[in-house]
Amino acid sequence: MANTRKRSLWDGKIFRRAFLDAFVKLNPRTMMKNPVMFVVEIGSFITTVYVFRNFAAHHHSLRFDIQITLWLWFTVLFANFAEAMAEGRGKAQADALRRAKSDTVAVRVLPNGSTEEVSSALLRSGDVVLVVAGNMIPGDGEIIEGVASVDESAITGESAPVIREAGGDRSAVTGGTRVLSDQIKVRITSNPGETFLDRMIALVEGAERQKTPNEIALNILLAGLTIIFLLAVVTLQPIALYSSAPQSIFVLISLLVCLIPTTIGGLLSAIGIAGMDRLVQHNVLAMSGRAVEAAGDVNTLLLDKTGTITLGNRQASEFIPAPGITKEQLADAAQISSLPDETPEGRSIVVLAKEMYGLRGRELSEMQAEFVPFSAVTRMSGVNLDGRIIRKGSTDAIAAFLKENGSSLPEEVRAVVETVARSGGTPLVVAENRRALGVIHLKDIVKGGMKERFAQLRAMGIRTIMITGDNPLTAAAIAREAGVDDFLAEAKPKDKMDLIRREQAEGKLVAMTGDGTNDAPALAQADVGVAMNTGTQAAKEAGNMVDLDSNPTKLIEIVEIGKQLLMTRGALTTFSIANDVAKYFAILPAMFVATFPVLAVLNIMHLKTPESAILSAVIFNALIIVGLIPLALRGVGYKALSAESLLRRNLIIYGLGGIVAPFIGIKLIDMILTAVHLA
Amino acid sequence: MTANGWFQIFLFFALVLVCAKPLGVYMARVFEREKTYADVVFRPVERVIYRLTGIDETHEMRWTEYAVTMLLFSAVTMVMTYAVERLQQFLPLNPQHFSGVTPDLAFNTAASFTSNTNWQSYVPETTMSYLTQMLTLAYHNFFSAAVGIALAIALIRGISRRESKTLGNFWVDTTRASLWVLLPMSIVVALLLVSQGVVQNFRPYDHARLVQAQTVTATSADGKSSTQTITTQNIAQGPVASQEAIKMLGTNGGGFFEANSAHPFENPTPFSNLIEMFLIFAIPGALTVTLGRMTRAPKHGWAVFAAMTVLFFAGVLVAYHAEAQGNPLLHGVNQQASALQSGGNMEGKEVRFGIANSALFATVTTDASCGAVNGVLDSFMPLGGLVPLVNMMLGEVIFGGVGAGLYGMLIFVILAVFIAGLMVGRTPEYLGKKIESFDVKMAMLFVLIFPLSILGFSAVALMMPSAGLSALGNSGPHGLTEIIYAYTSTTANNGSAFAGLSANTHWYNMSLGLAMLIGRFFMIVPMLAIAGNLARKKLVPPSAGTFPVTTPLFTVLLVGVVVIVGALTFFPAVTLGPILEHLLLQAGKSF
Repeated sequence: MANTRKRSLWDGKIFRRAFLDAFVKLNPRTMMKNPVMFVVEIGSFITTVYVFRNFAAHHHSLRFDIQITLWLWFTVLFANFAEAMAEGRGKAQADALRRAKSDTVAVRVLPNGSTEEVSSALLRSGDVVLVVAGNMIPGDGEIIEGVASVDESAITGESAPVIREAGGDRSAVTGGTRVLSDQIKVRITSNPGETFLDRMIALVEGAERQKTPNEIALNILLAGLTIIFLLAVVTLQPIALYSSAPQSIFVLISLLVCLIPTTIGGLLSAIGIAGMDRLVQHNVLAMSGRAVEAAGDVNTLLLDKTGTITLGNRQASEFIPAPGITKEQLADAAQISSLPDETPEGRSIVVLAKEMYGLRGRELSEMQAEFVPFSAVTRMSGVNLDGRIIRKGSTDAIAAFLKENGSSLPEEVRAVVETVARSGGTPLVVAENRRALGVIHLKDIVKGGMKERFAQLRAMGIRTIMITGDNPLTAAAIAREAGVDDFLAEAKPKDKMDLIRREQAEGKLVAMTGDGTNDAPALAQADVGVAMNTGTQAAKEAGNMVDLDSNPTKLIEIVEIGKQLLMTRGALTTFSIANDVAKYFAILPAMFVATFPVLAVLNIMHLKTPESAILSAVIFNALIIVGLIPLALRGVGYKALSAESLLRRNLIIYGLGGIVAPFIGIKLIDMILTAVHLA
Repeated sequence: MTANGWFQIFLFFALVLVCAKPLGVYMARVFEREKTYADVVFRPVERVIYRLTGIDETHEMRWTEYAVTMLLFSAVTMVMTYAVERLQQFLPLNPQHFSGVTPDLAFNTAASFTSNTNWQSYVPETTMSYLTQMLTLAYHNFFSAAVGIALAIALIRGISRRESKTLGNFWVDTTRASLWVLLPMSIVVALLLVSQGVVQNFRPYDHARLVQAQTVTATSADGKSSTQTITTQNIAQGPVASQEAIKMLGTNGGGFFEANSAHPFENPTPFSNLIEMFLIFAIPGALTVTLGRMTRAPKHGWAVFAAMTVLFFAGVLVAYHAEAQGNPLLHGVNQQASALQSGGNMEGKEVRFGIANSALFATVTTDASCGAVNGVLDSFMPLGGLVPLVNMMLGEVIFGGVGAGLYGMLIFVILAVFIAGLMVGRTPEYLGKKIESFDVKMAMLFVLIFPLSILGFSAVALMMPSAGLSALGNSGPHGLTEIIYAYTSTTANNGSAFAGLSANTHWYNMSLGLAMLIGRFFMIVPMLAIAGNLARKKLVPPSAGTFPVTTPLFTVLLVGVVVIVGALTFFPAVTLGPILEHLLLQAGKSF
């Protein structure tokens, strides 16, 4: 799946299917959903009828009439093709997903403890099934007993197996994934046809796609413009008649089709589908298009500190010895005490000592040492070795340890502990026998590049808030280092919820990620709630997006994709409307120059003949739809800039460009038409 | 074009610019019910009015109630105007003993003044009694303007209020607009105009003996020609100054006399001309400041002001340039500007105003939906006549009518924000309010009604040789311009006439009357719906990602949207009218 997701824009299979779909979509009942293109279809139909009539009457302008009619049909087909292309990419993905959904035989556990074999299609929510190694999990559910490694590549594209176990936040399993080892009992939580896989298929296929609020509003604008131009063209004929220059139906319909916003009208739904598709390519499933739009509007990002802003674990960054102790002594004791310690913190101490003082790791087994693991009661760990009793742990624990041995923690060490805590680090005190040796500074390591990303977000007007269970002192220090705008320290699930409510009351839109069941209410409350795929079923149902990679940093990319979708829509709307200026200058003089030769001065493009001028405008109007399909599917170039800079940049490219481009395009087409004697 | 001409144009605009802020802030205070110096005088009067009429001034109206109240108020006063016109021969203050006005003309005039259009299908000094002029027409001059201001304030409240169901009280807004703003300014200006020689009396018309007898030859329909020698002249009188002030200040434009502001009793000196032009822009310009203050975004107000300014100067430049060129068909006539003559195309212009002040007046009066004229637009060069036409076709938003200009422009702002707003990567928002499908629907309705009325009525008129075309004074593209101008002027509630069209016919009185009502009230209802809908919304706090509506870039965008949305609709009509006429004139053909 992972490799099929990054498919090229012009995949041959999709291309062929889209080609056929373009014709299927000519069905007026389908077309009616798109008022702009429906008007073009009606126009094409009318000109077709007139072509046959003129053909019977051997009309002299037949060659022009036929060409116009063909290009009008092409305009409709190109728009349909754009939509079919966007859908095709999703459909190909859906096919791959369907293969994972093949019917399997499930082992259902009956209330009396006995088991029976049933088809997975017959499973209902509440049933309990037994899945052993090698078997497919028959439906979405919650593990109620056991632990297993599961291959979820059918859903995530990630081939490394993941551990799923009963209880806690890793208990959810998805239908269509395979158990690789051990066996589990799963309580099924969804009915056939409503599973995650089903929803995923429907989503990528666009079957349930509903127009988003902004898309509806934009459609109203486009329909309104269409009516206005329809009015302008219909009333033009009486004006033309008064001026003794009546126009043919072909010319009037050509003018209408050129003026109504066909470019954006033809590409609008493709842009929407492609936006969803881009999310899928990032392994994110949005449950509604509304959520994607909301992502573009987000004002506040709530990011969990651990795993999102910082690497998952603290690392030793410094050894600070107590008075009378050398750094080497401290480092040596710290390393020895950490050698058997397999926690990431322990390993980082060993590494730091090695890097800074060249202390090589020694094999404890050779030294006949006794390892004292960390326990919740003593809150320290360490080794006993040839009479040396080395301990490391929290300040309180070590102080208690020293007191027990008839000693105490020196004031100087306490001062160091204070400093480390204030700088956002976690102090770990090391003691040997009755002496405190010093402090290890454990530090949260901020992920590379985060500061820059937060700065970009700030430039775009998005505030980031770090959520952490740390105390305010530590949180403030990390917040400063990571460059987030604000933080919520000692956060409990309720605090998170209150924060979201507070932001929303100010009119802001909030995005967050979460995976645990206790995140579910906040995920539901947030405007964009991204649940991790590894998370619980409750979390996945509460959020409106699911990240299959379970990468919380991806929230930032989701926001960018949302913004890009909106920008693409706006850019093509502006471009489409700006195009009209040039089309007027092509068509209007052509319509009336025969009656009023002075109007030739308005033919600023110096188009060869009235016929070639009108034809060129219609052809440009059709071809620009095809030309912009890649842009509609890929989205406009995205940069993290302030609204003012983005507007200036896009207004120049798509506004000014929209005015200038058709002048050049129409002129070129006119030259080609003249060269090949088509007009 | 001369340096002196441009100096006068800039002097005029400097006056508008300087007064915008104090007047705008003052109006904001008046409508937010903060303290003003004028409270001492007007607050007691206001209280008495509310007590007598039983209005609860603390009552807040939803948009629907606001709209219905406004419609009823306008309907009732329109019917009253119709009645006074029809019955004027039985009423006092009719020294010339004018008979009752015919039904279709009475309808047209009632619609015209109620809708703040002041289109005049009649010659006032030979049709309307002093009572009709003062009681009904001057009354509407005040109240159609006050209603316009009230509506603009309602829309501003819709933008600035958050999660509110109401927009204010129509009665209070209208009363305060009249008492605090229109009345005091009108009194001061009327006195100023009297100082310049504008008349103010109730006398019957003077009879004067001509210094030089005139011989007139007239040809009747059957081809007989008759010669008549004229030795005396009727000089119309009346309470002109009081009406003149509000005619300009309220962007009404309905002249006391047929010649409107070209008449020496209405506009006697270049100084009175400057005052009258300033009055047209005074309130519309200041309302942008009111917008900025009430929405707590002063820079946004100025950005809108700047967009209006750009469009205004574009119009002045074209009109002044076209008129200063003179007529290419006049060979051997010196049309150069010099110390002794204005030069350029002086046909239909007053010598005391010259080219610059006539072109400026024509631009100003059509930018704002005033419609007063100090020259004959029909005699302007084709491109000079194009400017007033295009100004109106853009929707009367270049400063525009009092109130109407601002709310019209704000609809364009909403469209601009919607079209281009997406390009910053957020769903469109305007000053923290999300623009959603209902707002777009109403804005498109607002924008759609305008060309529907203009192009629809014009097309019908063009297809009716007897009713539509026979009223034309000219043929060819000039005739086309006359018809389109009439429907544009009425739908845009401007009221200026291109002349050349004999509009006092049954068809034109009825259709133009309808165009005026459609152009006013059919557009107000969707506008108020937007106001009501915006008021209900939450306010999204601004950030660096918010669509900027306070910068020069926004001004450029707004100008672009006004021009493209306006021009694209009317480009074919304008091409076959003034532009074609201009080109044919350059080729030596006139109409």
